[in-house]
This record gives sequence, structure tokens and C-alpha cells, in this order.
Amino acid sequence: MIEIKNLNKKFGKLEVLSDVNLTFKKGECIALIGPNGCGKTTLIKTILGMVIPTKGDVLFNEKSILKEYLYREQIGYMPQIGRYPDYMTIGQIIEMIKKIRNSNQTLDEDLLKAFDLEKIFGKQMRTLSGGTTQKVSATLAFLFNPEVLILDEPTAGLDPLASEILKDKIIKEKEKGKLILITSHLLSELDDMITQIIFMQDGKVHFHKTIADLLESTNEQKISKAIAKILKSQSNE
Amino acid sequence: MNRIIRIIFLDILKNKIILAYTIILGILSWSSFGLEDNSAKGLLTILNIILFTVPLVSILFATIYLYNSSEFIELLLSQPIKRKKIWLSLFLGLSLSMILAFFIGAGIPLLVYSADSVGLMMLVVGCLISLVFVALAFLSSILTRDKSKGIGIAIMSWLYFALLFDGIVLFLLFQFSDYPIEKAMVAVTALSPIDLARIQILLQLDASAMMGYTGAIFKNSFGTSLGLLISFLLLCSWVIIPFFISLIKFKNKDL
Amino acid sequence: MKIVLYICLLFSSLLYANVIEVGPTKPIKSIKKAISLAKVGDTIMVHQGLYKEGNIIINKKIVFLGKNLPVLDGQKKYEVLSIKADSVVVDGFKVIKSGYATLEDPCGIKVYNRNDVVIQNNVLDDNFFGIYIQNGRRCIIKNNRLVAYGTEEQKLGNGIHCWKSDSLQIIGNTISGHRDGIYFEFVTNSIIWRNISTRNIRYGLHFMFSNDDAYISNIFKNNGAGVAVMFTKNVKMFNNFFEENWGDAAYGLFLKEISDSYIIGNKFSKNTSGIHMEGTNRIQVEKNVFEANGWGMKILASCSDNVIKNNNFLGNTFDISTNGSLVLNTFNNNYWDKYEGYDLDKNGVGDVPFHPLSLFAVLTETNPSAMLLFRSFMITLLDKSEKILPSITPDNFIDNSPLMHSLAL
Repeated sequence: MIEIKNLNKKFGKLEVLSDVNLTFKKGECIALIGPNGCGKTTLIKTILGMVIPTKGDVLFNEKSILKEYLYREQIGYMPQIGRYPDYMTIGQIIEMIKKIRNSNQTLDEDLLKAFDLEKIFGKQMRTLSGGTTQKVSATLAFLFNPEVLILDEPTAGLDPLASEILKDKIIKEKEKGKLILITSHLLSELDDMITQIIFMQDGKVHFHKTIADLLESTNEQKISKAIAKILKSQSNE
Repeated sequence: MNRIIRIIFLDILKNKIILAYTIILGILSWSSFGLEDNSAKGLLTILNIILFTVPLVSILFATIYLYNSSEFIELLLSQPIKRKKIWLSLFLGLSLSMILAFFIGAGIPLLVYSADSVGLMMLVVGCLISLVFVALAFLSSILTRDKSKGIGIAIMSWLYFALLFDGIVLFLLFQFSDYPIEKAMVAVTALSPIDLARIQILLQLDASAMMGYTGAIFKNSFGTSLGLLISFLLLCSWVIIPFFISLIKFKNKDL
Repeated sequence: MKIVLYICLLFSSLLYANVIEVGPTKPIKSIKKAISLAKVGDTIMVHQGLYKEGNIIINKKIVFLGKNLPVLDGQKKYEVLSIKADSVVVDGFKVIKSGYATLEDPCGIKVYNRNDVVIQNNVLDDNFFGIYIQNGRRCIIKNNRLVAYGTEEQKLGNGIHCWKSDSLQIIGNTISGHRDGIYFEFVTNSIIWRNISTRNIRYGLHFMFSNDDAYISNIFKNNGAGVAVMFTKNVKMFNNFFEENWGDAAYGLFLKEISDSYIIGNKFSKNTSGIHMEGTNRIQVEKNVFEANGWGMKILASCSDNVIKNNNFLGNTFDISTNGSLVLNTFNNNYWDKYEGYDLDKNGVGDVPFHPLSLFAVLTETNPSAMLLFRSFMITLLDKSEKILPSITPDNFIDNSPLMHSLAL
């Protein structure tokens, strides 16, 4: 569904992505992990067209996304820190995005209800806590039933309860056969949902494996331990 | 597109700074018109507003607004909307609200007290100057990611057009006063939108003086309908060119 | 007036004079023939019609009367009416198309070295010179309407042209489209009253070497260069309007080498310069209104002992300008709308003196193209600082008692 080809990105002299090649298919739930500043967010933003690649291309359903925008109708994006116009209320934000999308699809309001957002529809965005803002972001990402979900640190800042709700929702959508891309550095969070894992470091893809492969090759039960093992063995080399 | 413009426009209208700007313009205009029975003082006040306040507020407010809405722009970018459309909507939304503020604050008293060629010229020119400095704000905010730097650029460009440029022109005028430089000077003023605006208003406001002496040259170059057209085209290009450059930069910007 | 005249005529004809009627339907069809038949004191009554008789010369003391504006056509070849007798009255004609020549100045109506001629209620259309008094005394030119259509100074004569005359009365005429509306040269003890002179190519009124005259309640509007009064003394200029005289070298009133004169109660509005003074002495400028002019008054350094008091200066771009630093004139009790002082003792006179000369007026005088920067923010700053600490403008150029409120003028 998404194909990334020889992607390079430089910010001035700093090389943030170098020669990234990846393919994501429907029904996969991919974790994009790596240390801070490894290029995860840049990669996501490139897919969303917010960052323009220095070299290379991204294909969405076999079509290049460069200079395109309509493909974004099929993507739901939850940013790391969602910030919204200060003086708009939650209700207005959701209304606004609905108007902008102007779609006739039935809306997926599961999260809206699960997070009880309707009760605080009249609150202005600037008065919200970080967690509540994240709830709004999550709700917006899932609202239009997109084929692809891109979630940048989805659970950061959420309370455990909300975090569980969101995880359940992610699993539910995965089972519907959607492509889900999650970045996180909290490895323990990801255990039950993901099917594949991509580890990035210094702008390069370190490895891209299915969970089964990963656990098998390292003889570990937990993803976090498996990754730690790989990293250790590599640093010894 | 209309949807986004409306959203931005309404968001700006709720902003207290714009409200304060409108009210201050209104107080200044109404009180200076009401002070004396002839409209001369009021017109001069509004002239100074157009040459000084409008550029400053337009460029500063627009620059700060753009920086403050960077997250909003990001949000929009993740939606299926063209970049061009987002930038254009922001521009139209901001321009519309600055023009509205100017119109309500200064335009209505102008129309009430001086609904003649001077008043109309001031109204049109004031709106154009708002547009020019909103466009310059777009340029200065796209030039750097750093908010404080961007605001710095905005203030510097305002200072340059409002004050320094005239200083340079005055210096040139006296340095080269032995040469026939009037025509060259006429061309030089095209380099500053504020000067273009000022001279157009002057030709209406101080018609008697502008007709005399070298005034005749200005009258011949600016006052004819061709000159008027050229001045307005130049003013419009002061809107279009900076905005167009910022648009190209925005299209290729990483957010 | 007309009625009185008719009654007089009636009586005089009853007593001793004849009325000779001329008209297409009358026994006498030619004006020239009627003149040759007339005796001194007769009246020639010309009825409506078009008369192309070349140059008509009136060489007898007669009353020459037009009924319903008979047209005398000069066919662009002849002087139309030449008056070569004293006390002739010309009343009620339409004189058109006089000849054009640079040497002889052919006119609509010309008076040759005669006295007590009355020219009234005529229409002069498209003549080279309109009415010309050459060396006349006690002549009256009254209620005539003069129009010409030229665009070049060389091909146009003056509307009412008076030369070397005395005790004339020019009253209630309307003149437009000529070179100079009214022209006075070596004319003394005369009055110009209630005339309207507009859209003439050069001056509305041109006045030279003419002492002891007065012009009162005239309107001079939209003339090429306004009004010029030169090389004259003892002129009284009262209650006139000088309006919309715009252009490179246009003035409401241009004064050159004038002395001992009075400019009182006039209104100068929308002129490039309201009054331009060069080499004038001992002039009283009082109770005038200067409104919306480019320069209210330009007083060159060659002027001295002029008194400018009790005037209103309203909405002028510059109130006063000069070309030097010498100030030999006094300003007193004027109202300046640019005055920003205060009046603590509430006596109606500002407590701080006013400097009517702005820095920028001085700058533009030395470097006219600086006008380009007028009203720019920087110039306003410079001007304000100069007002507080005069350094370039002469500091004795001052109104010590500026009024707080405009005078009712």
C-alpha cells in the first residue's frame, strides 16, 4: 500500500534520512522505533507530505505522493503534540475538520464516545491538558475511517485508562485490515498489537522484521528484550 | 477553500488584538475628525495612520499570527488539502480581517466626514497598504523558522519602509541636488509601497501645492490616469510579489 | 438702469432728437447708412438681425442701441465697432468675430482717445480683443459678457483692455477665455467692481503702472496664472475672490514692486500660491482668508514693512514661505490652524508665539523636488523638532500673538 523508495532527506548539512527503502501492506501494524532524533517523525511527515524529500519517492497505492494531496483522505494522523487554534473549542475543531474533509462517509465516533469528549465540547483548546488534547488528536485520526493510520507516540501523555481504550481501538482497526503505523519508544506498550517492527538509527533502517521472526531469532518472549539483545550483539561486533 | 478562509477569518476576528486595533483606529479617527469643523486634521490623522500604524500592525500581527498557527497549519497539512490552498486561505483570511479592521476603524469616519476623492483615495490606499504589509509578513515569516527572528525581520522591514527609506531619499535629493534627478526620484519611490501610497494621497490632499514647481513633474508622472494606474499596479505588485515568493517557499517547506 | 435709459431716451427724442430705426424690415437696412444720416444727439435703434458691414465707425455723439441683441459680425477680418466720438453709448449688441492681427489689435469695440463713452449690456463673442479703451477718460464698461475660445497666448487678445486712461469704471462684466481677462496699463483713478474673470489663458487681471486704482468684489477663478499686479502704488484690493489658480507659475495674486497698498477682506482658496510677493513695501494684508492653498503666502526677502494681521490661514499645505533669512515684515493676530499652543489666560491669544515657516517649506524652497517626501513620517519628525528648536528657519519669522480661534471673515 505504501512503498518508500531510496528516500533521502537533508536539513541543511544534517542528513536525517538516508536511503530508506520500506514497504507497508494492508493489515499490518508496524512499530517504528528508535532513539530520539533517529528520523522516525521525519519519515512519518514525509509520508504525509509535510516534509519534502531531498531524493527518492513515496508511493501510495503505486502513485507518487509528491505534489499530491488527495491521497491524504485515506490517512488518519495523530501528531506527537497536537496543537490547535487556541480559541476554538473541541466541538469547533471537530466540526472544522469535518467541514474541511467534507466527506460523506459514515464517521467513526467510537473514540469520541469512549473518551467522553462530548461532555467537554464547549471547552477551548488552550484550556485543555496535554492528555485531553491527545484524546482529541486520536479521535480526529480515527474519525474518517481511513485506510491508513499514522500515530506518532499515541500513548504518551494519556492516562492508563485512555491508553487502554486507544490500544483496544488500534487492535480493532488492525483486525479490520487497515495499515497502522505507530512510532513509540515505549517498547512494552506495543507487545499485543504490532505485527512488524522497524528499528531506525541515525536516519537508516536498522532492521525491518515481523514480530515472529524477531522473537524466533532471538529466543525471547518479549519484544523489548529481543531488541535489546539484537542491539547488544551488534554493539559487540 | 471558502471553508478554510471562513475558519481563519472567524478565528482572527475573535482575537482581542484585532478588536483593540479596530477600536483604537476608530477612536483616533472619530476624535480627530470631530475636533474641528473642517476635516483637514482628521484627514492628516488618517494619513499618518495609513503611513505608520497600518503597516506596523499589519506586518506584526500577521507575522505573529502565522508563527502561532504553525501547529494549525500542520494540522491542515495532514488533511487532504493542497499546500497552495492553505497558504492562500491564510493570506486571504488575514488580509480580509486587516482590511475589515481598517475599514471599520478608519474607513467609516472617512466616508462620513470626507466622502470625496480624498476620502476614497485614502480608503483604497489604506486597504492596499494593509494587503502589502500582510504579504510582507508572509514573506518574513517564511524566511525563518525562529519566531523571534521572524518578528525581527518584520519590524526591520517596517522600519525600513516607514522611516529609513525616506531618509535615504532625502539624502540622495540633497546630495544630487545639482543634477536633474526629479524623474529618477519618481522612479525611486516605486521601491517603497508607503511612498507610493503617500504620494497618491498627497496628490488629492495637497493638490494646490503639488501642482506647483516640480510638483508638476509628480503631477505629470503620478497624477495622470496612466500614472494612477501604474502606481496602483506597483502597489498591487508589492502585494503579489512578496506573497508569491512566500508561496513558492511554503510549497517546498518542511514542517 | 435700462428702463431709466429708455425713459431718458423717450424724453430726449420727444424734445429734440430723432430715432433712426435700422432693421431687415425697416426702410433703412444698413447701420453705416443710418450713422451717416444721424445728427449729433440722435438715437440709432438697430433691430434684431445679422449685420455684416465690416468696420463700423461711430464718429458722432449718438446713442447706438440694439434691440434683442442684433449681431454685428466682423467676419474675422475687421475691427467691428470703432468709437471716435465723445459720449457715445453702445448698448445691447452682440459683437462677434473681430479680425485678428498682431500689429493693430483689432477689437470687438474700441474707443479711440475719447471720453465719457458708455459700453453696456453687450455680448462679445470670439473677438481678438474684446473691449479696448485707448486713452479714454470717464468711460463706463458695464454688464458686458465677453467670451473667447483661443488656446494660445499669441493668438488671443485681452477681454477688457485699458491703456493710458483715467477714471474708468469697469463694473459687472463677465470675461472668460481671453488672454488676460482685464488688462490695465497706465490707468489711474479707476475702479474694477463686481466682475467675474474666469478661465483666461494668462491672467484674470493684469495690472501694470496703474496707480490709485481699486478693485473690489471681483471673482478671479481658474485663470492660467491668477492675477498680477505690478509696478504700481496705492492700489486697494478689497473683498475679491481668488480661486483655483493652479499651475507651475500660478498665483492667486502675484505682487511685484507694489507699495502703499491694501489687501483687505479677500479670500484666497485652492491656489498654488495664495499671494506671491516680490519687492513689495508697506502693504497692509488684513482680514483675508487663505484656505487650501499650496502656499498661503510667499514673501520673498525683497519685501519689507508689510503688515500681515488678522487673517485666517486654514488648511494650506504651507502657510508661509520665503527664500531668505531676512525678515522685515510683521505678523500679528492671525489665526493659523497649524498652531498647537495653549491659552492659559483665556484671552483668545495663544501664550506661545507661532512660527509659521515650516522647515520643510524652507527645504522645498532650496530643493523643490524634496516635495516628493512631503508628509512622510520622517519629515513630520524633522518639522516637529524644528518647531521646538529652530535652527534652519529664521527665528524672528514669528507671530507673537496667534489667535486661538478663527476670525469670522
